[in-house]
Amino acid sequence: MNNILKKRILADDMKELVVESPQIAKVRKAGQFVIVRANETGERIPLTIADADAEAGTITLIFQEVGKSTMLLGCFEEGDSILDVVGPLGKPTHIENFGTVVCMGGGAGIAPLHPIAKALKEAGNRVISIIGARTEDLLIMQKRMKEASTELLISTDDGSFGVHGFVTDILQSLIDKGEKINLCFAIGPIPMMAAACRLTKKYDLHTVVSLNPIMVDGTGMCGACRVTVGGKTKFVCVDGPEFDGHEVDFTEMVKRSRAYLPQERESKDRFIHEGGCCHK
Amino acid sequence: MPEQDPDIRRHNFEEVPFGYTPELAQLEAERCLFCKKPKCIEGCPVNIDIPAFIRLIKDGDFSGAARKIKEENTLPAICGRVCPQEEQCEIVCVTGIKDTPVAIGRLERFAADYERENNLIEIPDKAPATGKKAAIVGAGPAGLTVAGELAKLGHEVTIYEALHQPGGVLMYGIPEFRLPKAIVNSEVEYVKKLGVKIVYNAVIGRYMAVDDLLQDYDSVFLGTGAGLPYFMNIPGENLNGVYSANEYLTRSNLMKAYRFPEYDTPIIKSKKVAVLGGGNVAMDSARTAMRLGAEEVSIIYRRSRKEMPARIEEVHHAEEEGIILELLTNPIEIYGDEDGWVTGMKCLRMELGEPDASGRRRPVPIEGSEFDIEVDTVVVSIGNGANPLVPQTTPGLDTNKWGNILADDNTAATSKPGVYAGGDIVIGAATVILAMGAGKIAAAAMHRYMMGIPEPEPALEEESSKSKKKK
Ligand SMILES: Cc1cc2nc3c(=O)[nH]c(=O)nc-3n(C[C@H](O)[C@H](O)[C@H](O)COP(=O)(O)OP(=O)(O)OC[C@H]3O[C@@H](n4cnc5c(N)ncnc54)[C@H](O)[C@@H]3O)c2cc1C
Ligand code: SF4
Ligand code: FES
Repeated sequence: MNNILKKRILADDMKELVVESPQIAKVRKAGQFVIVRANETGERIPLTIADADAEAGTITLIFQEVGKSTMLLGCFEEGDSILDVVGPLGKPTHIENFGTVVCMGGGAGIAPLHPIAKALKEAGNRVISIIGARTEDLLIMQKRMKEASTELLISTDDGSFGVHGFVTDILQSLIDKGEKINLCFAIGPIPMMAAACRLTKKYDLHTVVSLNPIMVDGTGMCGACRVTVGGKTKFVCVDGPEFDGHEVDFTEMVKRSRAYLPQERESKDRFIHEGGCCHK
Repeated sequence: MPEQDPDIRRHNFEEVPFGYTPELAQLEAERCLFCKKPKCIEGCPVNIDIPAFIRLIKDGDFSGAARKIKEENTLPAICGRVCPQEEQCEIVCVTGIKDTPVAIGRLERFAADYERENNLIEIPDKAPATGKKAAIVGAGPAGLTVAGELAKLGHEVTIYEALHQPGGVLMYGIPEFRLPKAIVNSEVEYVKKLGVKIVYNAVIGRYMAVDDLLQDYDSVFLGTGAGLPYFMNIPGENLNGVYSANEYLTRSNLMKAYRFPEYDTPIIKSKKVAVLGGGNVAMDSARTAMRLGAEEVSIIYRRSRKEMPARIEEVHHAEEEGIILELLTNPIEIYGDEDGWVTGMKCLRMELGEPDASGRRRPVPIEGSEFDIEVDTVVVSIGNGANPLVPQTTPGLDTNKWGNILADDNTAATSKPGVYAGGDIVIGAATVILAMGAGKIAAAAMHRYMMGIPEPEPALEEESSKSKKKK
C-alpha cells in the first residue's frame, strides 16, 4: 500500500512522488487532495493530488519542502511506502464549459492547478494558464501545464524566464488587451491569491481560489482548517478547498497559517541536526 | 480505589486510578447481595449479568468473570473505565440504599484487566460461516460492537475507518490518563481475532460511497459518530489559540502532541487556558491542558454546578488537580492581538431562571455584569453535531433536522434497505455504552436481514427503549 513507484526532483526543494493508490486514483476528481502521514511519529498534512492515472492505479503528489514533515517525505525513495494516505478529500472542482478560463498558479500552487486546468480543457473551455515562480529554476510542471492548457503564459519575479513580474501582471495585460474572460482560478501562496483577487475584483471577474490551511483529520471533525468566507466560518477540508476568492479573509488566513511557527522551526532544526534523511 | 496523587498526576499522562488488587476486588465482591431480581442488570444498557460475574470474582475465578461480562459486552476494560455507572447500574443497586452501592464498574475493570494482563483472553467459538458479508462504517464503540457480534454469528465483516487508528472517540477523544490507548488497542485486537478486518484511511462518502459498499456487501452499518464540533459563534473564535475540544484532544491523544517534538504534531504551549463547557469533554480538555503544562486552567460554564453534565467523579478529579470552575459565566467575545493571537475574553455573569426544554434551569445574563479575563488559549467544548459527509453522499438515507440519521429503535434500520445505523450519529453525542447497545440491536437485525429471518413482532419494545437517550 502507498508504495512510491517514481520520484522526481522538480526544483531545488520541490519533489514529486508517484504513489500507488488504486482506489483514490480511480475516484478522485480535479480539486481534491489527500492527507498523508509519513511514518508512525509523523503529523497529518494535506497535499493536493497533482495528477492521477486510474489505469495504473497511481496518484501524483507534488510538494515543497518547507518544514520537517515535507522534508521527511522528500527523503522517501522509490520502493519506500508512505504509512498513511487518506483521500480523496474535499469537494471536487465544479467543471463545466464556462468559455474562457484563466488559471493562475504560483510556486507550489501550480501542482493543484494542473488537474483543474486539465479538466477544464477536457470540458471544452479555452484555458489560458498563467504560471509563475520566483526564478526559472523553481518553475515546475511547465510541460504538463502546456498540455493541460490552450495557451500557457509564464512569469518570474526576477525575469529569468518569461515575463519579468508576477502572474497578476500578465492577467492585467490580458484584461487590458480586451480579452473576454469568463472565470478565473488562482492557486498559490496566500499573498499571490490575495493579489489576484484584488485585481479581479476590480473587474468583477469571478475568481476561485483553492486553500491549503493547517489540517488534522480532513473530515470536518476538528475545525483546525477554519477560514472566514463572506463573514462566515467554513471548514476548508469539507466545505472547500475551493471558495469564491472575493469573499475569503486572507489576512486571517495568513495569521492562522503561522500558529505553529515556533514549533515548526524547532521540529525542522531538530530534524536537520539529527541527520535529516537518515531518520525517515 | 487507590489513585495517583493529584499533585503528581497533573504533570503526567498516566492513568489516574490504579485499579483493584485481587484482594480488594474480592472484598468488594463480598458486598454484593446476589439479589434474586437484580436491579443492576436492568440499569445496564447491555444487560450484563452483573451478580453472576461478581460471584465469579468472589470465588476467585477472575478470568471466568471476564468471560461472563463478554457474553454481553465486548469492550469491558473500556466500559469499566468510562461508563457512567453512577447513573446506570450502581444507582439502582440495593446496597446503595443504606451504604455505598457495590462498585460494579471497578469490578468490571478489574476482571477485564486481570484477564488481559495475564494473557488469559480466549476467543469464543464462532458460528459456522454463513457466506454473508457486512460492511461497517466507523471503528468507534458502535461499529466495533456490531462487527464483533456479526463475526461471532459467522458473517464476514469489514470495518471502514476514516482515521489511521481504530476506536473513534476512545482513541482520539478520551485522554490516555482516563483510558490508556494500549487497552483500547487490546480490545480492538480481540474484535480482530474474531475475524473482523479493518480498512483504515477510508473515508466513506469520499473513498467509496455507501452505495458502492452495498454492491459488495449484504448489509451496511453506519457508526460514524458525532464528529462535527460546535463553536460559540462569538467574535474572535478564529484567533490563534482557539481550539475545538476535538482538535485539542485529537492533537494530544491521537497524534501524541503531548510528546512533541518526538512526535511531529504540535500543540500550543499555553499559560492560561479557558475551557468553555461543562461536560466530560470539557473536563478532559481542561485536565489535558494542565498536563501539557498550563499554569492556570479554568472551566467556564454558564449554568451552576448542579446542571453540569460531566460525571461527578470527573469534576472531582479536575478540581483536585487544581482546575478552577467559573460557574454561571458566559463568554461573549474573545480578544486578540494584531498577530491574531488570543489575549483575553469578555464574559457575562449569569443567573438561573425558569427551567427550559431540557428541564434544566435556563441561565439568563445579569445586566451590566460584563468582565474581562486574561487567557491565551480557549478550548471550545460545547458539544458536537452529526458529521454530514455520509448522509450527503447517500441517496435515500433520511436524517432529522440536526442531521442525525433516522434509525428504528428496535432494529436500527434506516430508511435505506440493508443500511443500519447506531451510536452518536443517531442519538447525538451520548455515551460509549449506548453506542454499544445500539450496536447489539443493529447486529441482531442485520443478522436477520442477511439470513432472511423475519423480524419478530414488536413485543421487544421495552428492551430497546432503554437504549434511547434520556434527554
Ligand atoms: C472527549 C470525550 C470524552 C468522552 N467521555 C465519555 C465517557 O467518559 N463515558 C462515555 O460513556 N462516553 C464518553 N464520551 C462519549 C462517547 O465517546 C461517544 O458517545 C461514543 O464514542 C460514540 O460511539 P460511536 O461509535 O457512535 O462513535 P465514535 O466513537 O465517534 O466513532 C465513530 C468513528 O467513525 C469514524 N468515521 C466518521 N465518519 C466516517 C466516514 N465517513 N467513513 C469512515 N469512518 C468514519 C470516525 O473516525 C470514528 O472512528 C466522550 C466523548 C468525548 C468526545
Ligand atoms: S443490585 Fe447490587 S447487590 Fe443486587 S445483584 Fe446487583 S450489584 Fe449485587
Ligand atoms: S481538518 Fe479537521 S475539520 Fe478540517
